[in-house]
Amino acid sequence: MRPQPSTIRVVIAEDGVLLREGLAGLLERFGFQTAASVGDAEALRSAVAEHAPDLVITDIRMPPSYTDEGLRAAVELRRAHPGLAVVALSQYVQHRYAADLLDSGDGRGVGYLLKDRVVDVEDFIAALRRVVAGGTAVDPHVVSRLLRRRRDPLASLSAREREVLALIAEGHSNAAIARQLVVSEAAVGKHVGNIFTKLHLPQTEDTNRRVLAVLAYLRSDELER
Amino acid sequence: MAGVREGGPRTALEAVFWRRLPISGWPWRAAAYLITTLPVAVPVSVVLASPWLVLLDRLAAGSYQVGTVVALVLCGVGVVAVCGPLVAPPLARLERVRLLLVDRRPTGAGHGGATWPTRTPWPTRARRGRGATGWWSRLRAHYTDPGTWREVAYACLLGTVAPVVTTAALLVVLMVGVFILSPLLVRAQPPGSAPVALGFGHVATVGQTLPYVVGGVLALPLVPYLLTLLAGGHAAVARALLLGGQVERLRAELVEVSRSRLRLADAFEAERRRIERDLHDGAQQKLVSLTLQLGLARLDLPPDSPAAASIAAAHEQAKQMMDELRQLIHGIRPQILTDLGLPAALADLADQCPVPVRVDADLPGRLPSQVEHTAYFVAAEALTNIAKHSGATAATVTARQAGAVLTVEVSDNGRGGADPQRGSGLTGLADRVAVAGGRLLLSSPDGGPTILRVELPCDPNHPPFE
Repeated sequence: MRPQPSTIRVVIAEDGVLLREGLAGLLERFGFQTAASVGDAEALRSAVAEHAPDLVITDIRMPPSYTDEGLRAAVELRRAHPGLAVVALSQYVQHRYAADLLDSGDGRGVGYLLKDRVVDVEDFIAALRRVVAGGTAVDPHVVSRLLRRRRDPLASLSAREREVLALIAEGHSNAAIARQLVVSEAAVGKHVGNIFTKLHLPQTEDTNRRVLAVLAYLRSDELER
Repeated sequence: MAGVREGGPRTALEAVFWRRLPISGWPWRAAAYLITTLPVAVPVSVVLASPWLVLLDRLAAGSYQVGTVVALVLCGVGVVAVCGPLVAPPLARLERVRLLLVDRRPTGAGHGGATWPTRTPWPTRARRGRGATGWWSRLRAHYTDPGTWREVAYACLLGTVAPVVTTAALLVVLMVGVFILSPLLVRAQPPGSAPVALGFGHVATVGQTLPYVVGGVLALPLVPYLLTLLAGGHAAVARALLLGGQVERLRAELVEVSRSRLRLADAFEAERRRIERDLHDGAQQKLVSLTLQLGLARLDLPPDSPAAASIAAAHEQAKQMMDELRQLIHGIRPQILTDLGLPAALADLADQCPVPVRVDADLPGRLPSQVEHTAYFVAAEALTNIAKHSGATAATVTARQAGAVLTVEVSDNGRGGADPQRGSGLTGLADRVAVAGGRLLLSSPDGGPTILRVELPCDPNHPPFE
């Protein structure tokens, strides 16, 4: 992992001027440094080459075709710059986007969030910090949809275990989960252990691996569809 | 007058071959038709046929001056050509109403015989003047409409042949009546007066009237047939000239209406896309930015300051509005459909359905925007119905393109019994599909399974379905 500089340097790619400016203001407010803010994928590539940022925040849907330019650029950039943290903002839930992003690099330091999430300022900044630190941030909406889609393999889980699984999938640590559910960290650990046993997943210590394991499991399920 | 029974003949001509004709109401209807023909026909004769009548008169009088004959012929043609199209339409309207006396068939308008058949009144009728406005172009369209000239032809026949034939027929009937009543007429004469003239001869005594009475009584059963036949013939000509063009005109108008419906649907679709884009690029962006600013402002305020509560409330309201606006835009035209096409949008729909849905959408490429949207709408409605009414535990959405036809099939393992009559949104679906030039097929026996199949032409301008 590359050394963390004191301030996090960010490149923003977003075609809506208002939101781009809003994001820059938001990041500045929380001590990030906006190295460049651009309006399309081509400019994003050159800005990353020029500024070598720590984090890229990119809209998925950008000109010229308004489909997935931002996503393709993000995947490409992560291949070219291993360790570059990328958070992609999406207008709507698209599992393939989340899967493509998580597959890029080693699955560390990526985020897939719905665009509207930026207005929950503190949560958004926390997600960015988590991603920069090598973690994962997956939109709760995406996770809940994935969990809901296939009840059968998860039928064996208790309600509380599902709750924990959802929080794991969003990228939270055991400590964070314990805080949110107002239980002890040990209790969370026990739930996590149960989940992995019930879902036949080998347990590891790595937060990131846990998310990947969960998502990989759900994705393999998606492929069957 | 006896009413015409259901199942009896529908026109006077058909009635001629009907066993019950003499005791039915048809002869009376025929008589009424023929008698009312005369007051209608005579003014038409006066307007359209006067030069020809003068000409006939001259010829009958043995006046063969070439100049006069040519002038009268030109005058006659001129009157018909100029006045005909003005006189004929109101006359035709009247005649179509009168036609109902002896023709109970539905008119070309597809209504029952009880409805007055009408043509769109001039001058709004000017189909060919579409786009061109103004009195002159409408007048020109009226004078070049074949329908107008069919009406003129009818007016000419009505002004010339009809009065002669009708008068002759009515005279025959009158004669039969006089023959039968001749003994009374003879007896009513004061003694010593001249013999009564009876058609073929004169009679002076009651005894001499016997052959006339016998002839009259023998001819009497034929009178209903004569009247009905003549009225039927007249009605057939009237129908052919006044309604004959109606069917083909309606067909042409139907084609035009379908095309304009398609253009409208296209325009609506384009408008929907524009509104979606405008909302997305404008209002939505601004609202996200505003909400973001409020979120930031919230952070900078001390939590116990008076402003903090208001800003927090404003932030929450703005977030709700974002949500509502997103749903509104989704309802106008889902963005995922615009961006990624039908398969992705169908998968998204399936994800949101409480019933597990398998999506099998294998399409070679993007389809026209309206086709995509209709297919999406169908699948969305069908899945909503499945979730609400079917009790199904699994559903499947299939989308395939074969040639120029997109087929979308939505099936479930629910209880079936879906009935368009009970207004489960199926009628609205069928309408939506029909506008796109497609067709909808539903199989939903009680106990299930339900299969909804929609076939949409990929190029709506060339619908493969009739």
